[in-house]
Amino acid sequence: MLITLTNINKLFNQGKHDEFHAIRDISLQIEAGKVTCLKGSSGSGKTTLLSMIGCLSRPTSGRVTLEDEILSGLPERFLTDIRRHTFGFIFQKFNLIQGLSVLENVMLPAYPLGLNHKELKSSAQKLISHFGLDRVLHNPVEWLSGGESQRVAICRALINDPRILIADEPTANLDSWLSQEFMGLIDELRQSGKTILITSHDPVVFDSPIVDRIVEMQDGQVVQN
Amino acid sequence: MIEFIRKQAYLVDFTLSSLLRRKGKNFGLLFVYTLIVFMLASVMLFTHSLKKEAGIILQQSPEIIVQRLVAGRHALIPADYIEKMGRLRGVTSKKARLWGYFYNPVVKANYTVMAPDHLVLTTTEVIIGAGIARTIGLDIGDYFTLRANNDTFSFQVKDILDKHSELVSTDLVLISQKAFRVITGIPEGQFTDIVLSVRNPREVRKVAEKLVQKLPDVRPVLREEILRTYDSIFSWRQGIVFVLLVGALMAFVIFAWDKAPGLSAEEKREIGILKAIGWESGDILRMKFWEGIIISLSAFMLGYLAAYLHVFYSSAVLFEPVLKGWATLYPQFRLVPFIDGLQIATLFFFTIFPYVVATIIPIWKASVTDPDAIMR
Ligand SMILES: Nc1ncnc2c1ncn2[C@@H]1O[C@H](COP(=O)(O)OP(=O)(O)OP(=O)(O)O)[C@@H](O)[C@H]1O
Ligand SMILES: [Mg+2]
Repeated sequence: MLITLTNINKLFNQGKHDEFHAIRDISLQIEAGKVTCLKGSSGSGKTTLLSMIGCLSRPTSGRVTLEDEILSGLPERFLTDIRRHTFGFIFQKFNLIQGLSVLENVMLPAYPLGLNHKELKSSAQKLISHFGLDRVLHNPVEWLSGGESQRVAICRALINDPRILIADEPTANLDSWLSQEFMGLIDELRQSGKTILITSHDPVVFDSPIVDRIVEMQDGQVVQN
Repeated sequence: MIEFIRKQAYLVDFTLSSLLRRKGKNFGLLFVYTLIVFMLASVMLFTHSLKKEAGIILQQSPEIIVQRLVAGRHALIPADYIEKMGRLRGVTSKKARLWGYFYNPVVKANYTVMAPDHLVLTTTEVIIGAGIARTIGLDIGDYFTLRANNDTFSFQVKDILDKHSELVSTDLVLISQKAFRVITGIPEGQFTDIVLSVRNPREVRKVAEKLVQKLPDVRPVLREEILRTYDSIFSWRQGIVFVLLVGALMAFVIFAWDKAPGLSAEEKREIGILKAIGWESGDILRMKFWEGIIISLSAFMLGYLAAYLHVFYSSAVLFEPVLKGWATLYPQFRLVPFIDGLQIATLFFFTIFPYVVATIIPIWKASVTDPDAIMR
């Protein structure tokens, strides 16, 4: 098993009057090389769960393991290191850095690794051209269309060659045609051996034949697996 | 090792491009910052070198000035007092002087008129300081008038004092002793004071004591006392300027502190993105640290350089109004350029340090919080 969640709980504003129990005692396993989709209505806790799997936040209680390593409880330095080499993120709002070019945005996650500049640049260019973005290589990202922005976000998620790709509502800002195209890209990545985790309430995503497994959530709990 | 260096290079690179991305804001910041450093550095350089200049000039003045007192007031001193003093151990020369202050109502300034005995001048010739020449617009050969004893006296300008020590000589007027006696009515054989040179500075006080024992109606004025007075006057002026500057400094602290709690939503989001894509808090801190260093160091260097040029090459034009009251014939002197390590260090500490700390704190706060907020 690649990722194992054991009795995960997440409380927001713990101990305050507006305390909120967002994730309730979830245990879940995620297999390597598969596409897993978290489905559920808005507010059911998909993003919260995803961010704990991706080490962007810590569970209030419970355990997250990556292969044999217990991630919950590791100090931030080690977490960052693991996150860097293990997870690539594609956010709903793309979250590209405005003012920087496509190339710079894609190279950004590799900066702290101190790689050779030429090599880094050429691998970024290869990735960008693979996703058909040659033409906009040096354009600032705010000039891009939604579909282009998302492909840049995918390139950025892949630059450090992570094993697991995490995409939160990746099609929320795309029309259905672009969403189909996105699923095509996901298929390609799965075939290259990546593990993929997607949240969505878009039927284009969860009804897609590419998805191996659907986990349905409701009110912070897994209702169907 | 090579990776570490490359990483720093990437960070600096990213920092520079970040700075350029927010050009307007950062140039505004740089401008305000530079201005504050400029003002602080100008005052420091100016007052310091002025003090130094005055010190150098006073070094050349006599160790003891002997004045005669009549009824507790400064009176003329007869030349035979020199003989009456007799032999004083340690005194290398005694000289009687004729000099005084003359007010010119037209330019509203006091001239220092001296009649040195070693100068060969006819009764109608005068040598004037550069400040006077500039203010009235006089050149060699022109006529210069002095008012005294309800009369005006005319002199022809023979020479203009050179500008080396303009600070003191700027309002100086030199005429012959004969002419001085004519315009003041001081009789032959009487002088304004007597100056003594003492070779060993440690004997000065003893000489002064002896003098008072021998001639109870004289008052010796020691150079060290004058130096102290000068010092306190300069410190006082410096004090005024510094009060103004405390205001500027406060503004600076507020300006730095203003940044402390507030990162814009945009900046926070960016920090979140960087963390999510694999940057450590430390990397972000380092980057922002570079940003602070780049801004504050450029502001520091620009401001200091501008202050240096201002004080030493434009004769501190901006301070003229503050110092005008001290001498109307404000000298356009060139101060001798100098650089003082301690002074730079002080300035550095008071400008760069608080800024960098104030900018780093909020970034530190933002960079240690979980980056999951950007997922929403
Ligand atoms: N920082 C926070 N403080 C308090 N409550 C929070 C916080 N973050 C999320 N929540 C709450 O936790 C619940 C789950 O949020 P989450 O974003 O995981 O839902 P989601 O399933 O991703 O919804 P959507 O489909 O709309 O993206 C929501 O009710 C949300 O209001
Ligand atoms: Mg969500």
